[in-house]
Amino acid sequence: MNKAIITVVGKDTVGIIARVCTYLAENHVNILDISQTIVQEYFNMMMIVDVNGAEKPFEGMVGDLEKLGEDIGVRIHCQREEIFTAMHRI
Amino acid sequence: MINIFEVNETNQMIERENLDVRTITMGISLLECCDSDLDALNEKIYRRITAQAKDLVATGEAIARDFGVPIVNKRISVTPIALIGGCACKKPEDFVTIAKTLDRAANDVGVNFIGGYSALVSKGMTQADENLIRSIPQALAATEKVCSSVNVGSTKTGLNMDAVRLMGEIVKETAEATKERDSLGCAKLVIFCNAPDDNPFMAGAFHGVTEADAIINVGVSGPGVVKEALKAARGQNFEVLCETIKKTAFKITRVGQLVAQEASKRLGVPFGIIDLSLAPTPAIGDSVAEILEEIGLEKVGAPGTTAALAMLNDQVKKGGVMASSYVGGLSGAFIPVSEDQGMIDAVTVGALSIEKLEAMTCVCSVGLDMIAIPGDTSASTIAGIIADEAAIGMVNQKTTAVRLIPVIGKGVGETAEFGGLLGYAPVIPVNRYSCEGFVGRGGRIPAPIHSFKN
Repeated sequence: MNKAIITVVGKDTVGIIARVCTYLAENHVNILDISQTIVQEYFNMMMIVDVNGAEKPFEGMVGDLEKLGEDIGVRIHCQREEIFTAMHRI
Repeated sequence: MINIFEVNETNQMIERENLDVRTITMGISLLECCDSDLDALNEKIYRRITAQAKDLVATGEAIARDFGVPIVNKRISVTPIALIGGCACKKPEDFVTIAKTLDRAANDVGVNFIGGYSALVSKGMTQADENLIRSIPQALAATEKVCSSVNVGSTKTGLNMDAVRLMGEIVKETAEATKERDSLGCAKLVIFCNAPDDNPFMAGAFHGVTEADAIINVGVSGPGVVKEALKAARGQNFEVLCETIKKTAFKITRVGQLVAQEASKRLGVPFGIIDLSLAPTPAIGDSVAEILEEIGLEKVGAPGTTAALAMLNDQVKKGGVMASSYVGGLSGAFIPVSEDQGMIDAVTVGALSIEKLEAMTCVCSVGLDMIAIPGDTSASTIAGIIADEAAIGMVNQKTTAVRLIPVIGKGVGETAEFGGLLGYAPVIPVNRYSCEGFVGRGGRIPAPIHSFKN
């Protein structure tokens, strides 16, 4: 399985998750896990997704999600999972 | 499964604490290019480099995008040119044509430095070695991206004092040849003792003759991450301090290891080593000096600096070694003055002298690095400084290096500007007593007694 981590950080507003999930659904990306916190009105979400079914190349998705973040007014990063497992798992 | 706190920690390191992979360096062997015809040699070198490294920059950028971690530099190191050019180059000017070819190849593949305009003369110089060394001032003035290094000694061979004396003159000539740019040429020239074959960091990178046709070496960084982690250990004892540094070094190195393996896979070139060096940049918060200050020094250079640096360097290695299957290169904290804002500040207020820097190099890599000295410093004094630093390396069985910039036309209190990653440096005073009689003797300093281990 090819997993990626999507993080969304920014000021909370209506429909952030909906917009991100819509994009993922349109691109055949399956969501495996979502966690979310709100600290002092700041929205902080992390998704673990499976990008195996995606037709788009990974770097295209990275760019699309960044742009989507700009539209909503939050920062969205999409990174391959290995950087986190390399750093935090022995 | 990875949790949100771990993800946030990694991304905070990248976004706020300057975590990056400092360099992916592709080592390329040029041994197959040897030719007695100079034009044919230049053509073969150009083709070999541009064919092998054509995807290096694009691959580096793609990996950076996929993992969301910056890869600051993509670089090339080649076989020492004195070996490659020996057949065809009969005079120093011939070698300069190869420097220009390297520069052209580096520009065409888009890397920001190419290292290996080098000679290994730790015991003696061939005519080709000497011609290459004499061509260095002209080569570095005529090119932008070429980096040069000369190995003048080792624990096994002792110090080649003829080469040391010659390098004093060459540093001076290089400074003169680039004097309208604050003697920038000297920032691309390193004089080594015990030079490693697989160092990915410039200006001292070259692809040793013990290496394969091509190899990927990666240099990690992250002084800012260590400094931030140490804030949480304020007031705690050394055990807690050391644990914190080790854990942080492990995390930083794992990112480097991941990037190295990925680059090796995508480029179809074997992975060589990870260099575990803490490499600062002039950016605020990306400073080794600031780590030492966080450990408890008012300014770098204060008593305790050498001990603090020794501990830092050791803990970085202990944490990093477990994170990578192959560790090599220089692997130690770098203390380049001009590339580290904390070092610059310490020199400016008079806390840090060249003598204290020399003491610091006994316990960390890599040497007297990016230090601006008065432009009227004599060649023999520069040779004396090189000899001192090389002796530290020789006796302690470690790599040491000298990258001094005698800034022509400037004296103590003035500032030299190099720009970009090379930063700026206040000109530091040098001991004014002569060592002419010592460096003028000629010959070799024998290898130390503890090198005879067989």
